[in-house]
Amino acid sequence: MTPLKLAERILQLVPVLLGIAVIAFVMMALTPGDPVEIMLGDARSTPEQRDALRHDMGLDRPPLERFFVFLGNALSGDFGLSFFHRRPVMDVILERVPATVELTLAALFIALATAIPLGVLAAVRRNGWLDRAATIGSLLGVSLPGFWFGILLIMLFAVHLQVLPVSGRIGFGQEVPPVTRLLLIDSLIAGRLDSFAAALRHLIMPALTLGLAMGAILMRVTRTAMVEALAQDYIVFAEAKGLSRARILGRHALKNALIPTVTVAAIETGSLLGGNMIVETVFGWPGLGRLVVEAIFARNYPLVQAAVLLYAATYVMLNFAADLLYTALNPRVRL
Amino acid sequence: MSEAVPALSGAKGIDWALAESPIAGNLRQFVRDGAALAATATVAAFVLLALLAPLVAPHDPAEGDLLRRLQPPAWMSGGEWAYPLGCDALGRDVLSRMIYGTRVSILVGVLVIFFAAVIGTLAGLAAGYLRGPVDIVISRLVDILLGFPYLIFAIGLMAMMGPGLSNIVLALAYKEWVLPCRVVRAETLAARETEYVEAARALGASRVHIMLREILPNILSPVLVVATFRMAHVIIVEASLSFLGLGVQPPTASWGSMVADGRQFLLEAWWVSTFPGLAILALVLAINVASQGLRDAFDPRLQS
Amino acid sequence: MSALPAHDALLSLRGLTTVFPTRHGEVRAADGVDLDVRPGECLGVVGESGSGKTVTFLSVLDLVRRPGRIEAGTIVFDGRDLRRLPPEALRAIRGRDIAMTMQDALTALNPAFTVGAQIAEVLEAHGRATGRSALDRAVQLLEQVGVPDPARRVGVYPHQLSGGLRQRAMIAAALACQPRLLIADEPTTALDVTIQAQVLDLIADMRQRLGMSVVLITHDLGIVAERCDRVVVMYAGQVVESGPTRQVIGAPAHPYTAGLLASMPRLNQTRAAIRPIEGQIPDPARLPPGCRFEPRCPRRRSECLQPVPMRDIVRAERAFGARAVRCVLAGAAP
Repeated sequence: MTPLKLAERILQLVPVLLGIAVIAFVMMALTPGDPVEIMLGDARSTPEQRDALRHDMGLDRPPLERFFVFLGNALSGDFGLSFFHRRPVMDVILERVPATVELTLAALFIALATAIPLGVLAAVRRNGWLDRAATIGSLLGVSLPGFWFGILLIMLFAVHLQVLPVSGRIGFGQEVPPVTRLLLIDSLIAGRLDSFAAALRHLIMPALTLGLAMGAILMRVTRTAMVEALAQDYIVFAEAKGLSRARILGRHALKNALIPTVTVAAIETGSLLGGNMIVETVFGWPGLGRLVVEAIFARNYPLVQAAVLLYAATYVMLNFAADLLYTALNPRVRL
Repeated sequence: MSEAVPALSGAKGIDWALAESPIAGNLRQFVRDGAALAATATVAAFVLLALLAPLVAPHDPAEGDLLRRLQPPAWMSGGEWAYPLGCDALGRDVLSRMIYGTRVSILVGVLVIFFAAVIGTLAGLAAGYLRGPVDIVISRLVDILLGFPYLIFAIGLMAMMGPGLSNIVLALAYKEWVLPCRVVRAETLAARETEYVEAARALGASRVHIMLREILPNILSPVLVVATFRMAHVIIVEASLSFLGLGVQPPTASWGSMVADGRQFLLEAWWVSTFPGLAILALVLAINVASQGLRDAFDPRLQS
Repeated sequence: MSALPAHDALLSLRGLTTVFPTRHGEVRAADGVDLDVRPGECLGVVGESGSGKTVTFLSVLDLVRRPGRIEAGTIVFDGRDLRRLPPEALRAIRGRDIAMTMQDALTALNPAFTVGAQIAEVLEAHGRATGRSALDRAVQLLEQVGVPDPARRVGVYPHQLSGGLRQRAMIAAALACQPRLLIADEPTTALDVTIQAQVLDLIADMRQRLGMSVVLITHDLGIVAERCDRVVVMYAGQVVESGPTRQVIGAPAHPYTAGLLASMPRLNQTRAAIRPIEGQIPDPARLPPGCRFEPRCPRRRSECLQPVPMRDIVRAERAFGARAVRCVLAGAAP
């Protein structure tokens, strides 16, 4: 892709991001209840105190002006103070991001590691027992409510067998100095195998819950793409050239089949952000998703607004990345 | 290779193109698909259960008997057949609550899909047929709404509007209409160039007439297909919202909130969470299988 | 033609039958095909699409797609029955001893790999070269098949080449291991008329240089007349006529061959003289009981309703190449 085309694509994102900001603002503005009263809580306050706070927060200005102030602040990463934490919203959010990133990456890894081999095998042995099993499995995977599957896992592995911890990210006394803030990596950097094992044991159930659901979708994409690739003339020609079966499947068919798989994986990673809220709540995972759910119940609206905006922006960026990835993988699109 | 196969598929194409109308052929193929038929029957059973809940449910879903707190299912020791799937922490019958919970899932699924299909179809028709500024506004709105992850949009709206059945329906329909809208817009763009539309235009038919009477009947089958397979998703999202406590409020029974209720008692009362979750799985799975069958039979372009 | 494989042939097919299951029962895409390819010769295989010519040669390399399968017959190449070989031994023969090119290089070359990589991998698969040296050899091969600026072209993707160059690149990949037999499936159908002759020249040139045999699968009798030593005419899965090109073209013994000739545009012919064969190739699931050409044949008679065997036509030129035909009129006055 030429730099010009890239610039054009990036420019196309602007109206979408702007629209998302408008919706996030409107959502907040329409929220019933006076933010000032929520912030002051049950504490007795005088009308003067309330007016002063309202003025401080800029809530006495006209809506359009407030929107532009909000937009300007948002662009500089300032989402105001968190009602509950009494700290800048952005700080509170950033603290929680690494846990969510670690969980998302682990889920993505599980999804790809199950979906690609299964999808390929199902396509190669089409209508065989493995194909049928994988098809049923993926149907179950997309039909399983994540929160319930998580609870089943907890009942089996944490409550019944007691081999995995119920919630959290790592045990007491196993904390390691933060470098990347991804515990699996930090524990290796610190040379603490016990911490690594603990982090892994905490990660495995939430990552499985998210990863298998995504894997179910990716498996079908891989299978369909692989079936399509295997029906192409270039496979017959590759066979006629005397190439080994491994090379024909593993290179000629797979490289073409991976184009849609990787693209869908990037898009689905965006959907994982939503799934994170549920799974983090079920497993008490101290990430952004749980923070947002807590904030909703605490009526901590600035935080909810900032998180919605951040999620939506990430989602748009992931879709954009999927677009770029598709272009990069597919020589035919490259101009 | 290249020679034998087209000849064969050509031969296959002839006999049913001549034999019957396309819709009859689609229906026949759908009926032949045993799994899809069984799934449709399952969905119908759930709908019936929702309609007849007061007649079928053995107990009042909201009335608890604290003496039966966390009473196990009938086949376990301490259980009794009057409460086949046991009782929850307030001593309410799990089975009766599940039967009433069917109402929430089905009602939300049907209403959201209905609103989304109506709004999406009208918006898609307008965008695709009128083009110009109408199309630009609608298409931009679609792009922006697609920019939100589904669950986050719904959670944000629920946080704003507060919990409740009608709010769930609104929160989900706000975004759900986008999908039928995109399908209808694309179909309309194609249909407006066809001969029957040209003919209607030449005869001086009004734009509303052309959109609703000429184009709409011809693009209904993809809308139907999209709508059914989205319903499964809507039901899961409703259950997820209710699980988080953002859905219908107690004491109304919903599968998602029932799973949440049982979370504190995983050690002593696994049944409270397990059975409602199983019901979600069964209904969603049945809808998915049935819609897959519909897709295969009615719209080959959407086949996965 | 004898039921035994010819011992002087490089490739000898006897009774080759390949079937595809369908809803209306099994379809015999190739039905008892007998033919021989001699060392160094160019054999034309001609017929309409659906006549089974491509399926026959895909069967030779065991490349028929499932659920199609070879049901009967022998495929003897260089004294070995390929149908009795273990899969790994057959794989070694593909691309090394018998190469095949496909109709359209655009679909036959993998869009996700460079042209060079797709040529080099043939050398690697057969242990002729690896890595850097395989790529160097790919450059030489591209040069041999007449691709200009081969050092640059080795690194481009198939869609970046013109149709003619793509076809040449595919031929380069097929010929990388200097095979003894090239099966060229409709090598010119996907090409512009101006480039067709160039590609046929290239195949003829490479045949000379490598001393290989060529099977030219085509629906165009004109190409056969110009390029082939012998010809096999196929119809509805069967061989209906075979013999030296000049004899077959000069005096076709089967009404179908005659029909093909009459439907061929020629320079010295007016448009009105072109007579297409009436009717259509039969549905492979509902073949006529007797001669398969009978429903379309201008000279059909009652005997044609019985199955017709292949019969040799005895001629003085017998030693040069057997002529055989599947027609009750054979031997009778034309």
